[in-house]
Amino acid sequence: MTLAAGGVTVRRAGERDAVSGVVPRWVALPETVEEIAAVLRACEEQDLAVVPVGGGTKLHWGHPPERCDVLLDMCCMNEILEHAAGDLVVRAQAGVTMDALAAALAGKGQELALDPPFAEHTTVGGTLAAATAGPRAYRYGTARDLLIGVTVVLPDGTVARSGGKVVKNVAGYDLGKLFTGSRGTLGVIAEATFRLHPLPALRRWVVAATEVADLAGETLLRLATSQAEPSAVDIDCPDGRHATIAVLVEGSAAEQRAQALLDVLGDGTITDVRPDWWGRILTDEVLAELRFPPARTTEALAASDEAGFSFRGSAATGHAYLEHGGEVSEAELTDAVDRLRTRIEALGGRVSVPASPYDGVDRWGQVSTLPLMRRVKERFDPGRRMSPGRFAGRI
Amino acid sequence: METLIAALRSLLPHDSVITDPVRLRTYECDGLTYHRATPGVVVLPATAEQIARVVRLCNDFGVPFVARGSGTGLSGGALPREDGVLIVTSKMRAILEIDLANRRAVVEPGVTNLAITEAVRDQGYYYAPDPSSQQICSIGGNVAENSGGAHCLKYGFTVNHVEACEIVTPDGDLVTLDRADPGYDLLGAFVGSEGTLGIATKITVRLCRAPESVTTVLAAFESIEQGGEAVSAIIGAGIVPAAIEMMDALAIEAAEAAVACDYPEGAGAVLIVELDGPADEVERQFARLREICSDAFELRVAAGAAERAAIWKGRKSAFAAVGRISPAYIVQDGVVPRTSLPGVLAAIDRLSAEHRIKVANVFHAGDGNLHPLVLFDDAETGAGERAEVVSGAILDLCIEHGGSITGEHGVGVDKSRYMPRMFSDDDLDTMQLVRCAFDPRGLSNPGKVFPTPRLCGEVPGVRKGVHPLVESGKAEQF
Repeated sequence: MTLAAGGVTVRRAGERDAVSGVVPRWVALPETVEEIAAVLRACEEQDLAVVPVGGGTKLHWGHPPERCDVLLDMCCMNEILEHAAGDLVVRAQAGVTMDALAAALAGKGQELALDPPFAEHTTVGGTLAAATAGPRAYRYGTARDLLIGVTVVLPDGTVARSGGKVVKNVAGYDLGKLFTGSRGTLGVIAEATFRLHPLPALRRWVVAATEVADLAGETLLRLATSQAEPSAVDIDCPDGRHATIAVLVEGSAAEQRAQALLDVLGDGTITDVRPDWWGRILTDEVLAELRFPPARTTEALAASDEAGFSFRGSAATGHAYLEHGGEVSEAELTDAVDRLRTRIEALGGRVSVPASPYDGVDRWGQVSTLPLMRRVKERFDPGRRMSPGRFAGRI
Repeated sequence: METLIAALRSLLPHDSVITDPVRLRTYECDGLTYHRATPGVVVLPATAEQIARVVRLCNDFGVPFVARGSGTGLSGGALPREDGVLIVTSKMRAILEIDLANRRAVVEPGVTNLAITEAVRDQGYYYAPDPSSQQICSIGGNVAENSGGAHCLKYGFTVNHVEACEIVTPDGDLVTLDRADPGYDLLGAFVGSEGTLGIATKITVRLCRAPESVTTVLAAFESIEQGGEAVSAIIGAGIVPAAIEMMDALAIEAAEAAVACDYPEGAGAVLIVELDGPADEVERQFARLREICSDAFELRVAAGAAERAAIWKGRKSAFAAVGRISPAYIVQDGVVPRTSLPGVLAAIDRLSAEHRIKVANVFHAGDGNLHPLVLFDDAETGAGERAEVVSGAILDLCIEHGGSITGEHGVGVDKSRYMPRMFSDDDLDTMQLVRCAFDPRGLSNPGKVFPTPRLCGEVPGVRKGVHPLVESGKAEQF
């Protein structure tokens, strides 16, 4: 095995390293960009398939890989390389966990305004590769909007950079956006540079419990477009009947702004305590992801419930994660996803199924740009060795 | 070209195909006037389907095509090809849909940036990216260039405000790239690709709710250093203003001569700071800003829209205004990390003295985006060359400080030769992979962005002899 030739730590893989049931042969633990490149060059020479992994929180998302010889574990790439506080910019290796990054930034009164699920274990690279985002995407955008520079390693070991460490930059193609959400199918994200925000002086949540039947689209619209400028308007609806709305405001005047939002809601409480469900995914053995026009939030909620899913997501951006509790057979889940997709697409939305124990479930629906995506994949990974078959269209 | 023109005439109405040499010349450049080329033929399609047919025809003939919106670009991104077709979107000016409940508008590419805001302003909404040319520039051009503007410090760029684009791909297919669709973020790759990955034919933009309160402040400082310190202090205080703009004494002099903006006399630098958001928030930030700007010898606060416009007038006219104090000038668009601004400005001063070339500085200080205006007299022998040297040296400074050669104007033809200074061969070759996926034949706006594009079938490695793209005239070797 010449994988270790460049001095890269490599160990034999075991059952615990399985990727959606596919057990790799080796686990490589690179510590530098050069080591990632060395591993990938060796894999190219020997035609080995590679799946990169960060914290492993979403490793079971997506189709099982067609083949997986090497699990590229990014855990040793865990250094924050540069925090230029005066420039509101941070550069970090991909294996840094989001919580560790947040802790370091908080020391200087700043934050990366993404609140991905599983923040304790999820890494910078994993968050980018899966394009997960949290409630505050409404105010700050998602990972691709806050990423300003990236270092990637291509399947043949080529190290490439795009963007840089300034926020305003239109020189060249933005490879960061292409790699964000590419789920390890184009190459390995090695380092990332982000735009930061100052930590707000205060945070207040306006929280109200309601019956789903009483949830008015008009109220949600007025909350989202209020000039009190909420950072997020999220709804948690575990059972289809009872829902909690939580609206977040951030800033020195958060208290006053929260009051203005409470007036819109009519009923509820103002708190500085984050709701325990806020931005979290609790179970993801089965997980669906919805995008819908925000004005159709109540209908999206109803459709989710009728298909047997709980709903947690944003009435402002029209994005939600749906969990499916309890036992479900493949036929039942296939049927539930089909029904959900029919309803949501009729609203002008999209359904994907990141996690499912059954691979027969249609995870993506119709993807009209698939031919163009395949052409991108062929250029970046002509040998189909990077997370092969895992993503949309089994790309 | 003759057979192509005949085929174009059979596709499009008679008045949508321009071949008259005099009319062709009106399209020979965009806002960057020192690069000129008369297009082989100009077409004015009225629909996406017509653009798709024109592009397919270009493929049949192996002829390059260039898209053009309003032609206000400052990097030569819409510079035509003498052997190609220029596709002008000026007939596609319909706002197709306004959906305030979902805070979106769907528009054709020729719609001007400001027209979107004007269509929704009365309902309390606006379209956030605001390039200085917003009265004229088209949204299709904004998408191609990923345009910014003074307010992108807080609100981001075009790419952050585009939800979907219907595009004609370089092989003439009509597809929609949507942020909500699963799969690769092709939309993110497309926006800012300067017309090299296809042509946007329908754009869905995000609309923002107008802020409750806006406070615009003009602070006059004795020196540029003092102004710079104030900028650092504002950011350090955790304030993210909608905009922080700075002008130096020479830029102020030019603006004064052109539009009599009546900025405080004797200022070494003026800072324009705009705070917006909930009234309670803006009030607190303004109190803090006042403390921070205690070194300013004059602080003006705009009371109402008219006074705000008066403060912005000098800044917005700055580029055109330098024409009043200099026969010719080069506009640069470099970016440096904000904390490097003082050092970089001092270095620009030294370059200016060394080469006897005046430089007026106008910049988006909040995000470190410099627009040095390099002034020269084109009648003076050697002045243009010296100005080019200073201009290039400024970009080198930006790269040395970890910045960028362009913050919002794009690379185009103007800065493609600087790309290898900012990016390695591997970086550029990797970007080319995207190009080859979208445009394997290299027909969509060739010669822009990248200095020497590798042919898509070519294997990486040492190149020998004349590059085939250079030989066929599709690329220029720098």
